[in-house]
Amino acid sequence: MAEASGTHGRTPLLEVNGLKKHFPIRKGILSRVSGYVYAVDGVSFSIGHGETLGLVGESGCGKSTVGKAILKLLEPTAGEVYLKGKKISDLGPLEMRPHRRDMQVIFQDPYSSLNPRMSAGDIVGEPMYNYGLAFGKEKEEKTRQLFARVGLRAEHMLKYPHEFSGGQRQRLGIARALAVNPSLIIGDEPVSALDVSVQAQVINLMMDLQQEFNLSYLFVAHDLAVVEHISHRVAVMYLGKIVEMTDKKSLFTSPQHPYTEALLSAVPIPSPKMKRKRIILTGDVPSPIRPPPGCRFHTRCPYVMDHCKVVEPPMQEVQAGHFVACHLRQPGQALAAAAASNPALTAPAH
Amino acid sequence: MTTQTMERPSQTVGGVEKVLEIEDLKTHFFTRDGVVRAVDGVSYHVLKGETLGVVGESGCGKSVTALSVLRLIAKPGRIVQGKIKMSGRNLLDLSDEEMRTIRGNDVSMIFQEPMTSLNPVLTLGRQISETIMLHQGLNKKDAWDKSIEMLKLVRIPEAERRVTEYPFQMSGGMRQRVMIAMALSCNPKVLLADEPTTALDVTIQAQILHLMLELKEKTGTAIVLITHDLGVVAETCQRVVVMYAGKKVEEATADELFERPLHPYTVGLMKSIPRLDRAATTDHPGRLMEIPGMVPSLKNMPPGCAFAPRCSFATERCRREIPAFEMKASGHYAACFNSDKVAEIHHG
Amino acid sequence: MTATTPAVIDIVEPPKPLGRIIYEFARRNPTVIFGSGLLLAMVTIAVFAPFFAPGDPLALAPARRLRPPSETYWFGTDMFGRDVYTRTIYGARISLIVGICVSALSTVVGLAIGLLSGYVRIVDAVIMRIMDGLMAIPGILLAIAMMALTKASVENVIIAITIPEIPRVVRLVRGVVLQIREQPYIEAAQSIGTRFHRVLLKHILPNVMAPIIVQATYICAAAVLIEAGLSFLGAGTPPNIPSWGNIMAEGRTFFQIAFWIILFPGLFLSVTVLAINLLGDGLRDALDPRLARRM
Repeated sequence: MAEASGTHGRTPLLEVNGLKKHFPIRKGILSRVSGYVYAVDGVSFSIGHGETLGLVGESGCGKSTVGKAILKLLEPTAGEVYLKGKKISDLGPLEMRPHRRDMQVIFQDPYSSLNPRMSAGDIVGEPMYNYGLAFGKEKEEKTRQLFARVGLRAEHMLKYPHEFSGGQRQRLGIARALAVNPSLIIGDEPVSALDVSVQAQVINLMMDLQQEFNLSYLFVAHDLAVVEHISHRVAVMYLGKIVEMTDKKSLFTSPQHPYTEALLSAVPIPSPKMKRKRIILTGDVPSPIRPPPGCRFHTRCPYVMDHCKVVEPPMQEVQAGHFVACHLRQPGQALAAAAASNPALTAPAH
Repeated sequence: MTTQTMERPSQTVGGVEKVLEIEDLKTHFFTRDGVVRAVDGVSYHVLKGETLGVVGESGCGKSVTALSVLRLIAKPGRIVQGKIKMSGRNLLDLSDEEMRTIRGNDVSMIFQEPMTSLNPVLTLGRQISETIMLHQGLNKKDAWDKSIEMLKLVRIPEAERRVTEYPFQMSGGMRQRVMIAMALSCNPKVLLADEPTTALDVTIQAQILHLMLELKEKTGTAIVLITHDLGVVAETCQRVVVMYAGKKVEEATADELFERPLHPYTVGLMKSIPRLDRAATTDHPGRLMEIPGMVPSLKNMPPGCAFAPRCSFATERCRREIPAFEMKASGHYAACFNSDKVAEIHHG
Repeated sequence: MTATTPAVIDIVEPPKPLGRIIYEFARRNPTVIFGSGLLLAMVTIAVFAPFFAPGDPLALAPARRLRPPSETYWFGTDMFGRDVYTRTIYGARISLIVGICVSALSTVVGLAIGLLSGYVRIVDAVIMRIMDGLMAIPGILLAIAMMALTKASVENVIIAITIPEIPRVVRLVRGVVLQIREQPYIEAAQSIGTRFHRVLLKHILPNVMAPIIVQATYICAAAVLIEAGLSFLGAGTPPNIPSWGNIMAEGRTFFQIAFWIILFPGLFLSVTVLAINLLGDGLRDALDPRLARRM
């Protein structure tokens, strides 16, 4: 299912096939495995060079776990991950090291993703030290350049993380990720913990850097508006699976999956005059320990049919580059019907 | 499993009676490194049955103001000045005993983190009944029945069973509903909601906000909705107050504020958030408008307007004098010397 | 599209002069200053014992035995006519040497074991069982056993007190390491290719130090007391070397007629342990990460 969107025939930078991560639950004195948390249960996508794929979903959908499994911070239970055409999902920790240079990560919490006992300059320079790219004066110079590139003053290199604000710390995290010239950066909710005005600064910075260095991003987030702004393509996750994936414009103007519809309609719009029909889902997200049979969304779906409770819908291409896993949508057909019944945004009153 | 339509509440509000009025409140924190002027001369009021939005980013003082109303400010903080009027009384003059009858009864508060706002070792029934017994003098059995009623009111399924459960057995959304149930159990005049949905998923957020508005219709409680999310404000509030660095910078009806913001900070906020409604019409992402710089330290405020160092409209006067909070248009107030320029440039 | 220029409000404070830093530290943490001051006094006395007590601690003078404190004998004499003052001053050496050595040794060994145990899961299970076993051995019995096997010496005392202390340190270190291990910055270190030993030494160790340092001071105080106890029981420092425990042991039978033999070493012991504990308490407050975050 690796379509070549945005890559014009080149091998995609990152290819993920059937990725699964199940966490065993151990109970009892002998730590018997009594069940699994099906955090990620069969996820496939690809990212081209210089492209941003937004991965959205609510808490518990497994999006952060996908990022960690790709980075091999967690061992995947099943599935394959290819980075620049090379399979990395079965590599051991030592073999992974050289590949880590190409994939870096920005974490959500600016407060705990930086070692409180290391100076800012050391934190940013560490990747260079690890890969033997630069030492001493040269490392200092490169660190200085990185600081400037993310909008921090060189004098800050000697300071410790607790002396910076949240937004500045996130910039440090970005500088650290850039230090070894990666091709892919996985952002695990990189702006969620920041104030609104600081978010804009960091989002702009990330987009500038993408242009300048032809970076690819896997942007994992729950804030749809942010994801819409920064991504080229978007994948929506629910309970460990991708339910819809397409380019951003299609996703936000004609979503095909009922969950996507509900998600979009739940996002508050800062415009009082906008009239919208809101879909309010009832109930909570089911537990990933006991995912519902058939389509995982059937317990909350406004359009549920009997078929949905039994058979899991396959991921199908309903339009060029637009993939959905829903029994209501068939390839080719139903798009017009979907658009007609689409309760998404209508034009504002003024 | 239903599709519900949520219409934005109408402009007109039932009556013009002020249920809560905060007058020139100042709450300062006296720390070793200096005085933090968390709230520095803030005044606003809430009308009966209305939803007032208080918007601002972290550190602007919106939460401390709410805590001050309930007099929940602990050392090194202190309310140094101001009046908080309710039903003709100044809450700041009351004794601790009298204040206890107000909390949970006339004024309730719900907090951001539902995980930590409920006592983990007491059942839900106990927690809700406690409030009811305290303020309404019901006996244990009647209070328990009322608790079940409240849980049903907030749409918790199987309320009779749930009432004997503990907080850890519930999800975040459910816990927030329980908090709302507790807060409304004594029919308060005002509900202070401090970022009630920030920690929740967006679909759950929609549920909770919808619920709050529904209950408001039923009980007539006024709500002060404290948040940083302009979208939430637009969808639920009639009037809005914008705060920055401990002071109010703008106040207007929601419609007015979003259409014609008159303070550069408000404009900056609105332009710096990515928006789904604009998304539908543009192809290119473009850059978000940034507000350069950071919020000044509340211990070390610049002379003159607190926003001046980051403001593109700032003049010398702005850096010297603090602008007065005054009426710029009917029902629309702002603290800025250059509101007219702001109005010209910003096209709503 | 060029980068955004850095924020306008980006105040870089000038570095504070060292004197000012120390002054502010002293103001905020008077306990540390007081405790370390007292301890420094004790250490000075111990190191420069000959200056403070020019006499010979072992000199016998049976003719002048059991004299109460007077101008010539500030703390009186014991049953052999030895000057209690001189013996007490020299006794400080033993107590402090034992205290510091036990503290340092148990901390270093405990750190090494605890770091590995906390970070490498497989090692953990094995190590913790061994530690549990060690913790079950009472120090006193171990000291007596060692004395029976070899001979009584200060080195043996140090070893005997250190061994049961190690598991306590390992427990503490392991607990802190387990917490730190979950922090995102450790994951970040892994993602930027940091090697195992560097993660342990540069990322985990510095963040473990604060509680360990505090624990080390408590171990020091405990060791001083245990040594005194062991010597009192006759299983500690050999009797020819004056230690506070020894002196008190010897003075025990004469307690009713010559209380000063026990009183003065006892006082010094109390003050020393107090000083060390104060230092430990003060350090714990001073090193509290929440205070660091307040900046």
